[in-house]
Amino acid sequence: MLAYEFRWSVLWEQPYGLWMLEGIWTTIKLGLISWVFALLLGIIVGTCRVTPWRPLRLLATAYTEFFRDIPLLVQLFFWYFAAPRVLPAPIEQYLYRQVPQAEFWIVVIALSIYTSSRVAEQIRSGMQSIPVDQFHAALSTGLTYLQMYRYVTIPLAIRIMIPPLTAEFLTIFKNTSLAMTVGVLEATFMSQQIEAYTFRGLEATTGACLVYLAITMMVVFFMGIVEKRLAVPGLIARGR
Amino acid sequence: MQGLLTTFQLAVIAISGGMILGVLVGMGRLSSRVCVYYPATVFVNFLRSIPLILVIFWFYFLVPILAGRPLGDFLSAAIAFIVFEASYFAEIIRAGIQSIPKGQLQAAYSTGLNYPKTMRYIIIPQALKNMIPSLLTQSVIILQDTSLAYVIGLKEFLRSGSIVDAREVRSLEIYTFVGIVYFLICFSMSTLSKRWEAKKGAVR
Repeated sequence: MLAYEFRWSVLWEQPYGLWMLEGIWTTIKLGLISWVFALLLGIIVGTCRVTPWRPLRLLATAYTEFFRDIPLLVQLFFWYFAAPRVLPAPIEQYLYRQVPQAEFWIVVIALSIYTSSRVAEQIRSGMQSIPVDQFHAALSTGLTYLQMYRYVTIPLAIRIMIPPLTAEFLTIFKNTSLAMTVGVLEATFMSQQIEAYTFRGLEATTGACLVYLAITMMVVFFMGIVEKRLAVPGLIARGR
Repeated sequence: MQGLLTTFQLAVIAISGGMILGVLVGMGRLSSRVCVYYPATVFVNFLRSIPLILVIFWFYFLVPILAGRPLGDFLSAAIAFIVFEASYFAEIIRAGIQSIPKGQLQAAYSTGLNYPKTMRYIIIPQALKNMIPSLLTQSVIILQDTSLAYVIGLKEFLRSGSIVDAREVRSLEIYTFVGIVYFLICFSMSTLSKRWEAKKGAVR
């Protein structure tokens, strides 16, 4: 028999319940803001990876390879502890002391850059799944390269890429939990803080797990609907 | 540099342990028996939808309770990694097995092999060949993931970096160095896996 008495009430007793809610809210904010930046950056870089112009392609490839191959936590520490050192001392002081929630925005930077490199990979493979004829057809109707990407390739590619991008979105949500290491008060941090106050680590951690599980399941359910609505006719649907 | 060794130890344990558990769970996912299929599916979906950092914490708190005494950071981190990575391996293995044409299975049965033997001699060897690129990619990810053991105070590579930083206060150099080392290891591994993929090609 387990020599452990569960006390699940730490999850909703005051003030712990309020902490938990605040943490969840921060997690959602963090995830969504980073996702917007990551998506924008990822689309730009991913498109650069398939341009006909070689230097741009090499640059974009270097970017994705570089940021994909360093653990997110290391990047986070780099942006938080190391990068501000490059700045002149007054700005550094200002950043740490004056800017409200500096660590929040640093995490946003780290998460967006890391995720954008992964998104770029997905964009590239999505683009490459489009037949070359589409490009030729678009160009032969007199569209410029930019117009071709804007009106033909990207809209099509994005619809093909919804499933892998959903997976990336979930990954960014899960990765927001790393923000606790630099002191952003998100859900994982809060669960550990509850642990610190109550010594109920197992309950607090389980509670946080359930939060992430719920978010993930909602996103999966919602994206399933979106995917069906936007499916490109004529392609083999990812049926089960 | 002791930390790098711990990182590698943890990665090797996670890969081998996760692989063994992953094969079992992955086959469970393909089972026609409901009592095998559902637990395996729940296991995979549950673990894949929570952050690794929470899994590490969870085992960090759970293991001492189950064992009745603290077992140390390394062991609980290793268990967390094995369980977590198993869920990812299981999906790769399931996809790999599903990529083998059904005819192979039927052919194997018709020569009189039973299920374990069919799996062992016919399906798994072929599936493994298809899975190698994804398995290598996942191994690279695991190596990166081991940096998360930082949170429970395990002295792996990143933690040793931050300990040095606390003594010497040279953040820029230290974290750049840590990043470059990870980059070199992971980049060479992923280049290797790409080459392998290009050379072998998939079995269809």
